[in-house]
Amino acid sequence: MLKKLRRAGPPLLLLLPSLILVGVFVYGLIGVNFATSVTDNHTAAQATGQEPSVVVWFRNYLDLLGSEAFQHSLVNLVLFTVVFLVGTMVMGFAWAWMLDRPVRGEGFFRSIYLFPMAVSFVASGVVWRWLLNSNQGESASGLNRLFQMIGLDFLQNNWWNNVTFGIVAIAVPAIWQLSGYVMALFLAGFRGIPDELREAARMDGASEWKLYRHVLFPQLSPIALSALIIIGHMSLKSFDLIMSISKPANYQTKVPAVDMYVFKSSFDYANSAAVGAILLIIVALVIVPYLIHSNRSEKR
Amino acid sequence: MRLNRRTSATVAGAALVGLALAACGGGTDDGGTPEAGGGGGGEVEVFTWWAAGSEKAGLDALVGAFDEQHPDVTFVNGAVAGGAGSAAKDLLQTRLQAQDPPDTFQAHAGAELQDYIDAAQIEDVSALYDEFGLTDAFPADLLDRLSTEDGAIYSIPSNIHRANVVWANPTVLEDNGVDPEATYEDLDAWMADLDKLKAAGVTPLSVATTWTQVHLLETVLLANLGPEAYTGLWDGSTDWAGADVTASLEDFEKLMSYTNTDRDGLDWPEATQMVIDGNAAFNVMGDWAVAAFEEQDKKLGADFTAFPVPGTDGTFDFLADSFTLPVGAPNPDGAKAWLETVGSLEGQVAFNKAKGSIPARTDADPADFSEYQQTAIESFGSDTIVSSLAHGAATPVATLNAVSDATSKFTTGASDLATYQQELAAAVQG
Repeated sequence: MLKKLRRAGPPLLLLLPSLILVGVFVYGLIGVNFATSVTDNHTAAQATGQEPSVVVWFRNYLDLLGSEAFQHSLVNLVLFTVVFLVGTMVMGFAWAWMLDRPVRGEGFFRSIYLFPMAVSFVASGVVWRWLLNSNQGESASGLNRLFQMIGLDFLQNNWWNNVTFGIVAIAVPAIWQLSGYVMALFLAGFRGIPDELREAARMDGASEWKLYRHVLFPQLSPIALSALIIIGHMSLKSFDLIMSISKPANYQTKVPAVDMYVFKSSFDYANSAAVGAILLIIVALVIVPYLIHSNRSEKR
Repeated sequence: MRLNRRTSATVAGAALVGLALAACGGGTDDGGTPEAGGGGGGEVEVFTWWAAGSEKAGLDALVGAFDEQHPDVTFVNGAVAGGAGSAAKDLLQTRLQAQDPPDTFQAHAGAELQDYIDAAQIEDVSALYDEFGLTDAFPADLLDRLSTEDGAIYSIPSNIHRANVVWANPTVLEDNGVDPEATYEDLDAWMADLDKLKAAGVTPLSVATTWTQVHLLETVLLANLGPEAYTGLWDGSTDWAGADVTASLEDFEKLMSYTNTDRDGLDWPEATQMVIDGNAAFNVMGDWAVAAFEEQDKKLGADFTAFPVPGTDGTFDFLADSFTLPVGAPNPDGAKAWLETVGSLEGQVAFNKAKGSIPARTDADPADFSEYQQTAIESFGSDTIVSSLAHGAATPVATLNAVSDATSKFTTGASDLATYQQELAAAVQG
């Protein structure tokens, strides 16, 4: 017994501080958040205990999920995530594929594509708000003006002010910002594939397409999965970019994170916490299978 | 080097203690609340979002008056910049929740205080109104608007702004065949001219993001319903489902059709700038907009004109900044000293001359103020005073948020007028 303690003790002691900190500040607070979300704590008076709040279990969740406004936010979130994911994956892969061939100035292009990631979402959001100005015709500016100048007038549109697809316009700057990161991931993946494999495939008479289809793509799939997970969870948590291009009250660009902020500002802590919990669950739905998967493959 | 077990255990223990200490150190930082002194002295932390521009100038002037009146109390600036006050309100929410209030904080006067009142976070200061003689100095209408149902008042206003003002560019009007001197009886008369401007190809009316649309909505409601029924919208005596509200919403819809399409991406300075630059003819905005014109050397009458929103002449749609006395303020005597200066004639004159708003007191000498301010002071003294919706005087925050959501949904085209009216009714009835 004592021997066991001696062996396990020091490592446990070393880990303990971070365990405690993570336990209290991450899992503890998730617990508090969940506990708040199942109460009817919707007013400032209840938040400070001036008036009682009772546990209503999942009523907040049901009310939220049943409300048209929140459904609109969820739809926006899905639209945003799909476009953001597809956009970054396609752009990132295409760039990596092009840079993987021996090209002159590879380092230069790599930096160019990776650079937008160094800009904060808030700063780029302000610039993109001007670029995505929804005026058309004479008073147009930003991208709409650019389309006019190059004779592509029919491409003018109202960008993020479209009621249904406005949120997709905000995915454009997000794609611009993170495609370079996906490119870097894929490029590392390409570089990790030994040349011998390509040579062997060519020796066996594989065409270029077959080479990619049967040799390179399978080797890249773990990278693609990681990229999907990383971009996916970033997309679900998107808040700063949307806030700096649009405004919290704008209906066309509402997402759950914005709802959470608006609820909190009106002292509706229960709904705010419920939205937070829903977001956490959505992110977990994406991440947990991935963790299980990678855990299994490590054991193997 | 090889460590034996005991050494590594000791190291681990030390690391644990160190981390725990670091964690504690990080947790007790309370944002620099000053230690309270006893009696009337000490420091008074004044929490505002007046961190830049004319607001900062106003605060500095107010502090000047405070130092003269209360030399024994030291002013500590707790201003938080960012987001037109939303950053400050976020931080304030946290501090009040943690029972670490500043000595006094800025808040919009009126119903926006309701949440703090319900949460028992601020004190009734109506006794101070008597003590400082404010009951006679402020217009009776204003006191009515500030008092809660049981007659208590929870803050002292430092300044008054008027929301129902139209700003116009006379050059644009003249160039497009509209008489810049014209006065409009009601919204219909105004919209006839807006039609002319629209046909001429200029933006007749500029507006910005959701809150400015709510601002426009409230002036339309005020114009059509009149002050009494408008006030009734907030206390339940006017029916939101009524035909006159429907008519107002139709007018609002029509007015929105005259506005710039990039509105949701703009904030008020950009919308007002459109009028200054001649890109739009009219803009409905509160009278803080006058600072934007004056900063660019525009002269009232020659380069821009200002008049009450058509149909609201004789009504003063007010909003006000005010200061509170938080429950558990570290230095309540200091806070009271601050409130005394805020309500005093010297304090109000100094502050408002710099900020561009007008004093809540009626005994200030108009000659001290700018030309626009003089007209506003005159109206404030004689007009019926009603509370602004978009600026927190008329309703609590949650109601305003719900109204904003419904308005944004309507103006982006996601709901029709009937749905909009239902959602507004639901928002106000809670």
